Amino acid sequence: MKILVPVKRVIDYNVKPRVKADGSGVDLDNVKMSMNPFDEIAVEEAIKQKEAGKAEEVVAVSIGPAKAQETLRTALAMGADRAILISTDETVEPLAVAKLLAKVVEEEAPQVVILGKQAIDDDSNQTGQMLGALLGWGQATFANTVEIDGDAATVAREIDGGLQTVKVNLPAIITVDLRLNEPRYATLPNIMKAKKKPMDTKSPDDYGVDITPRLKTLNVSEPPVRSAGIKVEDVDALVAKLKDMGVA
Amino acid sequence: MKTLVLVEHDNQSVKDATLAVVTAAAKLGEVHALVAGSGCDAVAQQAAKIAGVATVHVADDPAYANLLAENTAPLIADLMGSHDAFLAPATTTGKNIAPRVAALLDVMQISDILSVESANTFTRPIYAGNAIATVESADAKLVITVRGTAFDKAAAEGGSASLEAVSGAGDAGLSAFVSEEIAESERPELTSAKIIVSGGRALGSSEKFEEVITPLADKLGAGIGASRAAVDAGYVPNDYQVGQTGKIVAPEVYVAIGISGAIQHLAGMKDSKTIIAINKDEDAPIFQVADLGLVADLFDAVPELTGKL
Repeated sequence: MKILVPVKRVIDYNVKPRVKADGSGVDLDNVKMSMNPFDEIAVEEAIKQKEAGKAEEVVAVSIGPAKAQETLRTALAMGADRAILISTDETVEPLAVAKLLAKVVEEEAPQVVILGKQAIDDDSNQTGQMLGALLGWGQATFANTVEIDGDAATVAREIDGGLQTVKVNLPAIITVDLRLNEPRYATLPNIMKAKKKPMDTKSPDDYGVDITPRLKTLNVSEPPVRSAGIKVEDVDALVAKLKDMGVA
Repeated sequence: MKTLVLVEHDNQSVKDATLAVVTAAAKLGEVHALVAGSGCDAVAQQAAKIAGVATVHVADDPAYANLLAENTAPLIADLMGSHDAFLAPATTTGKNIAPRVAALLDVMQISDILSVESANTFTRPIYAGNAIATVESADAKLVITVRGTAFDKAAAEGGSASLEAVSGAGDAGLSAFVSEEIAESERPELTSAKIIVSGGRALGSSEKFEEVITPLADKLGAGIGASRAAVDAGYVPNDYQVGQTGKIVAPEVYVAIGISGAIQHLAGMKDSKTIIAINKDEDAPIFQVADLGLVADLFDAVPELTGKL
């Protein structure tokens, strides 16, 4: 069995995004970029499944600029076997990403696609579900635990009130939530080895997919700023303030 | 414009998250609602009373009992033949189903909207709420999820919508519901609580979390939340998590205890009306957004506060 893991290059988790003064977007020049943290969890899960003997091959795929190669190399250093870069400098929305991934799935015929539930740049939380629809596959989103057994996967999902367990027939889409696992760090020897692992480079045209955006971003602005209030000296002062506010 | 709102429910009653979606939909045009479920007649009756809803479409079939996306999305996509916009709450249910609908309709979804600017223009948070994007859709139909805290709730009573039975293809045969562990609690749900008391990693253990946070929450009749650090450390279950990747809340009063105020946490609570922070680190970022701050050791201050309220 083969597992496909789509990964996205995004602003690093620890960097505070800055909105450009002209309102055209977020400034990404000279900003540290990394693999989307949810996708790291997805890569880790795929590798774990391989280590557990549930899969033979893990293929990582990324859609983005040439520099997304670095993100794919990270996935390879973690333990993915090979990588596909669909290279484009255009903005690719989740719907177009899902269409491209559907084509990759046709070619690669994986039994499971594991991906992050959302990317921390556009926070859309759409790609996995859209891919499920396009392929006509089942989807287990927001995975907290994953058990692959024969021709089905049993997945506990993080839902608003707690956990929901579903069983999806394979092939299926799994999108991962934060607590599924702790992604491993790539070791230096593995980073060296990853440089020799195969990476194909393609373009959206190779797959015949129109990636023209459907949404036009008219403006990007800073959110309203909350100003700091006052500090109270002690609990009594806090209680007094709370009483003033009618809370206590 | 004719809109279709996904009613979130547990086959017994309408969940509050639905009401804010009705308000957002009403800004676009006529509001129709969809109750998909199993043995969900009471929900349909209740949905018909929501102020502003014209028609409630009811799909009552065991296949829709747990609103599995594989079964529900095709039903919605069919109904979209006669509607112009589909709106779902940005809850785990809505987030699971809506993109599947969007892809079936070949529409780019607009996630987590904060406002309706015009019939095809909306604002939405990106980068964990560190930026707000105004986006315009070029698609013929709209598929939208709505951030509940950004819209007033429509009145749950006062409407008199007509009920209309609809049916879809039923079970797609791709997935099955196995079980659900829903935390049973007398406490208000986080997303609808008026007051929330939230604890962070500084609590140090699940015992201390319970010992310090719970009595204060009891005293205030508050919901209990937690930072991602506290959830990851195992002090409380994941459904307590407030933040970018957890629940987005906007109560009247948010009490942050031993929470430093990481960007990811602030993204989930900074729209609260009043924020109160108790933390022993006076430089903690939480104080930059707090209306009332107390620099103190939480293990002393919180029990004292609980005692004096």
